[in-house]
Amino acid sequence: MEKKMRILWLSAITCNGNTHSFLNYPHMEQFLDDFEFIYHPVIDSKYSLQEIVSNEIECEVLIIEGAISEEFQRGGVPIFEIIKNYSKRVQKILTVGTCATFGGIFRESDYKDTAGMHFDQDRALHNFSDFLDKTISISGCPIHPEVLVNTLYAIKKSVLLRVDNFLRPKEFYAYTVHNGCTRNEYFEYKVDNHKFGELEGCMFYDHGCQAPFTHGSCNKILWNEVNSKTRAGVPCFGCTEPSFPRDNLFNTKKNMAIPEHLPLGVNKRVYLTLAGITKAFKIDRFQKKILDD
Amino acid sequence: MLKKKENKKELIMQAALELFASKGFYTTTIPDIAASLKMSVGNMYNYFKSKDILAREIIKYISVYLGQQLREINEQDISTKEKTRKIIEIYFKTASLKPEMIDYFLRIYLSNREVFKDSCEGMLCVNEFVTEIMIYFEEGVKCGDLREQDFFSAFGLFMGYLGGMVFLNGENILPKDLNEYVDDISFNIYKALCSE
Repeated sequence: MEKKMRILWLSAITCNGNTHSFLNYPHMEQFLDDFEFIYHPVIDSKYSLQEIVSNEIECEVLIIEGAISEEFQRGGVPIFEIIKNYSKRVQKILTVGTCATFGGIFRESDYKDTAGMHFDQDRALHNFSDFLDKTISISGCPIHPEVLVNTLYAIKKSVLLRVDNFLRPKEFYAYTVHNGCTRNEYFEYKVDNHKFGELEGCMFYDHGCQAPFTHGSCNKILWNEVNSKTRAGVPCFGCTEPSFPRDNLFNTKKNMAIPEHLPLGVNKRVYLTLAGITKAFKIDRFQKKILDD
Repeated sequence: MLKKKENKKELIMQAALELFASKGFYTTTIPDIAASLKMSVGNMYNYFKSKDILAREIIKYISVYLGQQLREINEQDISTKEKTRKIIEIYFKTASLKPEMIDYFLRIYLSNREVFKDSCEGMLCVNEFVTEIMIYFEEGVKCGDLREQDFFSAFGLFMGYLGGMVFLNGENILPKDLNEYVDDISFNIYKALCSE
């Protein structure tokens, strides 16, 4: 039998949301045939936290969940020190979740100097720059379990993962959440949605949907294999981005009716021209209910 | 060859604009326009298949003309207040130098919607012009100069006021030259739209 890959799951300042998301991975049994946690805050594991922080236990992957601050400790040891110790030893480091990657929601709290491992929002940090080459960011609030598991399998099988400027694997983060959204026709013809949970209409114009400028696979690799926020009728919150969490998640910031943030790479003048053209269409099947009638 | 045809089309549109302004839209015929250019009616149809098509092409032509001038203003690194003044200045200048253009926009395009219902829906045929007005508003709100509000409330205020003044001017009701109102109107419009 092939040797199991050993993982240390270290929780920094976290709500454990990524852990809970990971526990929903539908093929956990098979996963645990190939990987083992030398320590995990929730799953039974071989070593205690005390053993982890006071010894140097062999492992191949270090997973960090939660935002990082110099003041924060685990098992009486500064989290900075634990991360540095293990980072030197492992093959790969994964920052799981937007807090571990960019600071996320805990960065917004009063906890002193809280940020991600390599980034404070979109600003690069240097505390752990020696380990940049071995880090992969799995951003998201929470992470998509399949993205984490597939990344771990890629590491185990020595598959080269190409990453973007924030170290996120392009296989999962090169597209936007808009890609695969079932409401794309409504987006194209500027037909808005006015009620949460409604299955028709686009949520970009009024309801804060950030899918056209959020990198992620939510509409391609569905959650629990069946759904995504936009499919269920909730706008994308942009949770994989350094700017998460923005204020007013259910509101599209507009200047004189024009969305302040436009789809990625779209010039404002071109967008307005296109919008002017598409708005002129009155397509009957988009004006009335299809499923919710 | 293509360039020559485009130039000819432009000449026809200009002649049509002048005739529409003097004779009225419905009373002007394609033979009238052809005669004013010393063209045969048959040749005229090589350029525009019908009067409605000609009418739509003219409004697009005006929209591109005004849109380009507004774009130059939008691309300048100046305050929203200054932009407001320059837009009004250019609009009145056009109304003075090419009154038939603004007249067409106000009296024909806005008043004869039935002519423009096919392939000219919504703002399709005035897209270039409206896009630049939108950019002027959007950038004004973004930099904090203008108040956030519904686009059409602002658009109606802006264009309604300008249209009204040009209309009064066209009817020879204004006691002064149109260009002499630029300062007062710029002040009024900016005051009505600004965030303070």
